[in-house]
Amino acid sequence: MINLETPKKFELLVSQAHQVAVEVFRANSRKYDRAEHTYPKELDMLAAVLDGMRESGSLDGAGVATVGGGDGASAAAASDGSANRNGTNMASLLGLIELCWGDVGLLLTMPRQGLGQAAIAAVADDEQLRRFGGKWAAMAITEPEVGSDSASIRTTAKLDGDEYVLNGEKIFVTSGERAELVVVWATLDPSMGRPAIKSFVVERDNPGLKLDRLEHKLGIRASDTANFVLDNCRVPKENLLGSPEIEAKRGFSGVMQTFDNTRPMVAGMAIGVARACLQRTREVLEDAGLAIDYGAPPHAQSAAVSEFISMESDWEAARLLTLQAVWMADNRKPNSLQASMAKAKAGRTATDIALRCVALCGSVGYGEGELLEKWARDVKILDIFEGTQQIQLLIVARQLLQKTSAELK
Amino acid sequence: MATQQTLGERSMAAGLRALNRLASSSFVDRLGLREPAEWFLHGAAKTTVRTAANAGRTFQATRKLTAAARQPRAAAGSLFDLTPTDEQQMLRDAVRSFALERVRPAAEQADAGAAVPLELLSQANELGLSMVGVPEELGGALAERSAVTSVLMTEALAQGDMGFAVACMAPAGVSTALGLWGDAEQQATYLHEFLSHEVPAAAVCVLEPEPLFDPARLTTAARRIPGGFVLDGVKALVPRAADAELFIVAAALEDRGPALFIVESTTPGIAVEPEPAMGIRAAATGRVSFEQLKLPARALLGEASREIYTECIALGRLGWCALAVGTGQAVLDYVIPYVNERRAFGEPISHRQAVAFTVSNIAIECNGMRLATYRAASRADQGKSFLRETALARRLCSEHGMAIGSDGVQLLGGHGYVKEHPVERWYRDLRAAGLMEGALVP
Repeated sequence: MINLETPKKFELLVSQAHQVAVEVFRANSRKYDRAEHTYPKELDMLAAVLDGMRESGSLDGAGVATVGGGDGASAAAASDGSANRNGTNMASLLGLIELCWGDVGLLLTMPRQGLGQAAIAAVADDEQLRRFGGKWAAMAITEPEVGSDSASIRTTAKLDGDEYVLNGEKIFVTSGERAELVVVWATLDPSMGRPAIKSFVVERDNPGLKLDRLEHKLGIRASDTANFVLDNCRVPKENLLGSPEIEAKRGFSGVMQTFDNTRPMVAGMAIGVARACLQRTREVLEDAGLAIDYGAPPHAQSAAVSEFISMESDWEAARLLTLQAVWMADNRKPNSLQASMAKAKAGRTATDIALRCVALCGSVGYGEGELLEKWARDVKILDIFEGTQQIQLLIVARQLLQKTSAELK
Repeated sequence: MATQQTLGERSMAAGLRALNRLASSSFVDRLGLREPAEWFLHGAAKTTVRTAANAGRTFQATRKLTAAARQPRAAAGSLFDLTPTDEQQMLRDAVRSFALERVRPAAEQADAGAAVPLELLSQANELGLSMVGVPEELGGALAERSAVTSVLMTEALAQGDMGFAVACMAPAGVSTALGLWGDAEQQATYLHEFLSHEVPAAAVCVLEPEPLFDPARLTTAARRIPGGFVLDGVKALVPRAADAELFIVAAALEDRGPALFIVESTTPGIAVEPEPAMGIRAAATGRVSFEQLKLPARALLGEASREIYTECIALGRLGWCALAVGTGQAVLDYVIPYVNERRAFGEPISHRQAVAFTVSNIAIECNGMRLATYRAASRADQGKSFLRETALARRLCSEHGMAIGSDGVQLLGGHGYVKEHPVERWYRDLRAAGLMEGALVP
């Protein structure tokens, strides 16, 4: 039965995530926006509390748990006997939206989070899950000469005895400085293309993994973005995630599957930031005597209110598209089309909303006295990482038009 | 005038009700019909063509009702779910097959002639569309009230042609309004006619020929007189205005504000003139004027309740959203094969990102429009407030629906601008979604 309300069973989780967002994230938002590269020590205590809550089961893997690593294990089927499930993917998303309403930069640098853990969850075997599960793992894909075209990565992995030797350069590694593990994408054979690309777990203290520098950024300054050089970096061969074979037919499927789970989560981050913008803007407008009237036609309202409703409607579309993607994941339906649709819509909509909210609030929005200008800087990354807007549109188009990447470039 | 008919005589319309009583699968198995298309076509073969002689029937109560009948609300699911019920899927598939196989081929001619194809309309009525909102105890189709079901059916029908869908669903809007807000006498007088083979042309009239129209500020006015009301005003773009036998008219009641009135088209003081527009031309829109129109006291629907009027306006907007979603889907389904087949510079134009990304955006926005519309409808069914959700869906359908119409033409270039392809019609139709009020009440 069609129902697009968020289920009651997640209310407690959402409310807990909201309290964290208010008490810890919002309270430290401006502080770590100004103090870039300073470790937000307040998060250690929070992470410990959340670990405890997760162990006691009261958090049910929400948001603050492994981002996108949900496999539906704790999903409850509908009581009416239908197979419909609202599980860990939806729980994670709802938690993330709340936390990113608080601060997306701080969310990204939460200890033991990070997209690397999603990659581990997606392709690791049981033994690897035991060794790496629950650790703080960053993800290293991008290289100076390789962005969206991740099939062309140049970092190499050569088997030498019981170890792989990694050589290359990785940039834009979120939480790269602070994480315990870095999941590095490298090729076993540059002449073999996509099927040869594998992911390797590298311990952060591996002497071959050399921190080159930390980036200074437009936004999400609370989160460190590291550049590494891999200089004869040796890792046990058991640290290769998935199969070590170069299977021509499997292509990218192993590593790329990760994105079907993580893209809706990044969409969720955008939805959270945009909700913060809308909420604050609404307060500012209402203080200025402008009430939002959902019953009146657009032309019968002030231009500001009309614009607000227009922004809110696109926000709602982005939110529902994202819920659709995670609902499909929870129900084990293939969702890569919907995941990319959600990411595309949420990324551009949130950026658009944040920038327009600054304009609607004028100097109040643009000044550092409010967080609106910060959110407008933070949000832009969400239309870039985990696949840019353009990459999402490409994925959607290839599926709709039934085109290969050779045909539709 | 239609008489009460046996189950057998009512063929496909009865099938709709039977569907609700039996498990869908057993119903289908019993008839030996697996494909929804076959299920529909079985009934279509038996339809009768509506004749002009049906117009101007006298509405009379055929039975006494002691109290108004109301459809109970469908039980709400507790989890997020995008899967329609078996019954909804069945209905949607049947309507969609009809829309694509029958309505689409007739759409160009209906648009050019600004007239609804009556035979098709009669066939569509056999699908029981106007019965959906009639309470079951009065012979209606579904045991439970479901705006979601109506939205799904309207969306599916619009994939054939938006103008035809408007003509087709407008009477359903009136029967739904009577089912939701009519008193016992009003229901007994009118509702049985919507169950007959000869479904009367009827429409909920809200829109007026005013710039910046706002349904909260009507110029059509109702004045109280002893024993009833006098109505004056003009209503714009009324579907099938010339054929209509029954109107529900929004008018400002002097001491109460906006209210709804049941108006039979034979009442003296009504003038109808054709008002063809940019799009939805198959709906044969007309302008209806009321001059010193005298109405009995029983014509007032819903006791001039402000809540009912607000709900009526919101539901009407939701109906237009469903039309935009269906038409948007039609655009998407049409441009995909076109851009794959059309070649330029030695390859399909779909190999160019500028083209491919436009297709992606049509799909993304159409999907967003759909989900927002479903959410509002589902909240209406659950008895939750759905004013905000409807406003958001309407804004999406207005802005992105229009963009989808424009992109559809753009992707076909010059070929999109000429009547060789339906995209120019969809361009015109999609502009309606954000400005129309009333007419459809899902």
